[in-house]
Amino acid sequence: MYKIESKNVDFFYGASQALKNINLAIKPNTVTALIGPSGCGKSTYLRLFNRMNDLIDNTKIGGQVLIDGDDIYAKGVNVDSLRKEVGMVFQKPNPFPKTIFENVAYGLRVNGITDKKFIEERVEETIKQVVLWDEVKDKLKKSAFELSGGQQQRLCIARALAIQPSIVLMDEPTSALDPISTSKVEELIYELKAKYTIVIVTHNMQQAGRVSDTTAFFYMGELVEYDNTKTIFTNPKVERTQNYITGRFG
Amino acid sequence: MKMPDENKLAKQKKRNQSIAFWIFRLLSYLIVAILFAILSFIVFKGIGVINWNFITQMPEEGMTKGGIFPAIVGTLCLVAGSMLFAFPVGVLAAIYMNEYVKDGIIKKIIKQMTNNLAGIPSIVFGLFGMSLFVNKLHFGDSILAGSLTLGLLALPVVIRTTEEALKAVDNTFRHASLGLGASKWQTTRSVVLPIAFPNIITGLILSIGRVSGETAPILFTVAAYFLPKLPTSIFDQAMALPYHLYVLSTSGTNIAESRPVAYGTALVLIIIVLIANLLANGLRKYFGKKVKMN
Repeated sequence: MYKIESKNVDFFYGASQALKNINLAIKPNTVTALIGPSGCGKSTYLRLFNRMNDLIDNTKIGGQVLIDGDDIYAKGVNVDSLRKEVGMVFQKPNPFPKTIFENVAYGLRVNGITDKKFIEERVEETIKQVVLWDEVKDKLKKSAFELSGGQQQRLCIARALAIQPSIVLMDEPTSALDPISTSKVEELIYELKAKYTIVIVTHNMQQAGRVSDTTAFFYMGELVEYDNTKTIFTNPKVERTQNYITGRFG
Repeated sequence: MKMPDENKLAKQKKRNQSIAFWIFRLLSYLIVAILFAILSFIVFKGIGVINWNFITQMPEEGMTKGGIFPAIVGTLCLVAGSMLFAFPVGVLAAIYMNEYVKDGIIKKIIKQMTNNLAGIPSIVFGLFGMSLFVNKLHFGDSILAGSLTLGLLALPVVIRTTEEALKAVDNTFRHASLGLGASKWQTTRSVVLPIAFPNIITGLILSIGRVSGETAPILFTVAAYFLPKLPTSIFDQAMALPYHLYVLSTSGTNIAESRPVAYGTALVLIIIVLIANLLANGLRKYFGKKVKMN
């Protein structure tokens, strides 16, 4: 059984078509990298999985996106519960202007959890999960803005994990980070795979090679090639993929 | 081809730059100078009559002597009343417009109307307030009618500054919150508003400044020519500083004799606006810090 499936997915911003007939299936507990040049539709595609594109006026989707076999664009789907199930980490670290503790607790609170002890335990557990605990345990009541960029991004990952999603979407999560923070986040992604299904958009080929199991190459709104990362990087079937990966265009 | 003399070009560049900077500098100093001139003129003319009695006593002897206490109280009541109306209405309207309405014809119409509202002369607000609040709704000449009229006048300022404040909140904060399964209202209330709040306060500052100095809107809706007692309810008439100033300078019992009182009144009015600004600025800083801490 696939965790995420998209069948004949089209997507439009107004009249311009951003995604053309995308068919792709993602297995649970894997890391899938979406790669391709800017404007190829990979971020748009990622944002379909938690219906983030709904926030943009004047858009239209065709085809089906299934998560655990259910069409998430069907009538009567509760978008809030979908987003609880599908966490997201953004390009720039964007902690809320709240304390470190409250950042992680936020998702629990907005989903109606009030049990103080549960929240405290869950916050600690999640911050430990992203290997940030030792760095912040003495300043949980301090503003999240006092953390470094890399720490902020790990906090944002913790924030997404706190509500126990089964899928985590990452939109270029390390593009604003220095190399050391980047490698910390990459290690983390690798470890999180055991518990979550991860889809990551990245411009960094090495990163895609390092962290992902499967890779999808997008170009001009089309899915050019989708295969094991190893195959894509060593023996791609399409020449365009080869050219992109080796840096001959893009 | 030979390049022109480099030194000469560099000198020219430098000269042009310093001319431009000097013009900018002079113009900005000019602004400070104008403000300083007005303030010192008022202070110089008005400081003589200012004392404890002046701000705590009733006017006496045809407003040529005594204090301006009822006008101060009246203005404070009007500022508070109009903000009580304009602030929640304006902020909520701006939230609706910025966070809820999709781009399209409805949003455009509301926006255009808000801008038009801002362009209406204040005397027209006064007439409208008189016919609606005073006559139609039978509030009579009252603090209630005056506050509502002034509130209407302040509304576009509050709406616009609140909208700007909301727009300045980076969308990734909204997305992060919605992405955690928060509703739009939860997102607005616990993420967007706290971030925007310091800037929303700016709208409050601006409108307080505007409202406390307006004369035309209160002319037919609340202002009393001479009323040497304090209002006891929102249905009472009241004196107000700007109108008092107007009366003293145009139609008092003895214009020449009440001149110092007029300057004193102007000074008090300016000081009140200044205090309001300082207070609001303090609030803004306080909330700005708190936002980061919360």
